[in-house]
Amino acid sequence: LLRQQEPQQHPWEPGKQTPPPTRSHRLSLPASFAKMATEGLHENETLASLKNEAESLKGKLEEETMFLHDVLFHQVAERVEALGQFVMKTRRTLKGHGNKVLCMDWCKDKRRIVSSSQDGKVIVWDSFTTNKEHAVTMPCTWVMACAYAPSGCAIACGGLDNKCSVYPLTFDKNENMAAKKKSVAMHTNYLSACSFTNSDMQILTASGDGTCALWDVESGQLLQSFHGHGADVLCLDLAPSETGNTFVSGGCDKKAMVWDMRSGQCIQSFETHDSDINSVRYYPSGDAFASGSDDATCRLYDLRADREVAIYSKESIIFGASSVDFSLSGRLLFAGYNDYTINVWDVLKGSRVSILFGHENRVSTLRVSPDGTAFCSGSWDHTLRIWA
Amino acid sequence: LQEGGFSRAGARSRWQTMSTTNNIAQARKLVEQLRIEAGIERIKVSKASSELMNYCEQHARNDPLLVGVPASENPFKDKKPCIIL
Repeated sequence: LLRQQEPQQHPWEPGKQTPPPTRSHRLSLPASFAKMATEGLHENETLASLKNEAESLKGKLEEETMFLHDVLFHQVAERVEALGQFVMKTRRTLKGHGNKVLCMDWCKDKRRIVSSSQDGKVIVWDSFTTNKEHAVTMPCTWVMACAYAPSGCAIACGGLDNKCSVYPLTFDKNENMAAKKKSVAMHTNYLSACSFTNSDMQILTASGDGTCALWDVESGQLLQSFHGHGADVLCLDLAPSETGNTFVSGGCDKKAMVWDMRSGQCIQSFETHDSDINSVRYYPSGDAFASGSDDATCRLYDLRADREVAIYSKESIIFGASSVDFSLSGRLLFAGYNDYTINVWDVLKGSRVSILFGHENRVSTLRVSPDGTAFCSGSWDHTLRIWA
Repeated sequence: LQEGGFSRAGARSRWQTMSTTNNIAQARKLVEQLRIEAGIERIKVSKASSELMNYCEQHARNDPLLVGVPASENPFKDKKPCIIL
């Protein structure tokens, strides 16, 4: 997305007139920069000149925003057929956690699920049969994050222990799962989210310490850290592998930030929510992502337009959205809320198509299965439900 | 601390303190970040929206939760009919 910085547009080119950029005449720089250009950059920059440049760049960005925001997202969707009635029911209920379910993840085999709870337990389930296949007790309570490895042979989890640990899954009844535990990530505050990258070898973590980090699983080495959030980071999601090495994170600073995994740089940042962002999820094409927030709204951000394009909200919805995920085509957005419900949104038209009742406490986590046949929700009511 | 009036020659004047240097460092960081943002290639919302829409339409028929799949194809849906006693 980053355009090569054309030399003519660099404000510090000594003596040169800045020709109008090819994109839009509205984006040309003011003449005062030509004067400042003669002063050179690092040695002679002053606070005033930097502030001037900042203001000018901000103005430029605002103008461009107005120019590009040529239509409302939902207007374009008017030509799309409306969705019919949805009948989605709880097909399975997974019971076994002794306390609030905080996180869950699907295995790539589309049937196994790992879930973690406030009571420190991490359980692997067969969602077809509802049988528990593995269980491990963590040394800490509030296991806020868990993830399945792409191979299906391991899981990662962590929470108030400030770490992310990897447990290989073994079917040997005699082996104690906890014995093979490997500590991978170390943060200075709680672990809020974790995800394997496209292999079992690397893990991406988000933490209450305000940072995200990329780790090598085998050595535990920190490969890259991501600084920029002004408060706890609560969630992250990796871009679909076709779109390259980026991920999005959301935090208590109300910001959603998109990062380049190799350089550690924040490449885009969005601040339109009014409260903590609890969940972020990429649209299946990788060109957009959705967020769920304590401000009771979910929002859609388009990465190439570089802006928020839709808000999913209703006056009657006043509790925070804790977790969001898209159906396979991206047409539906499933969102779990703190008022115990799950709302299903028509992503294109912005309307709610269904509301699902069943959980008896907050919905804390929600993921669509890898083949899109169902989605799973986890709740403070100690259960997980599979819906289809 | 005053914003203007620093030495043009670049040498640290005796009025330059640590916090002023930090202000410059912060301002420089902001300018660098804004330059990155100003350099991003953006497309119109109309174009972005229609492309998201096209993706939905292309993949709609393969979206089980959207179009619904018969019980025989969905492992979570029960195949046996319920018998009410």
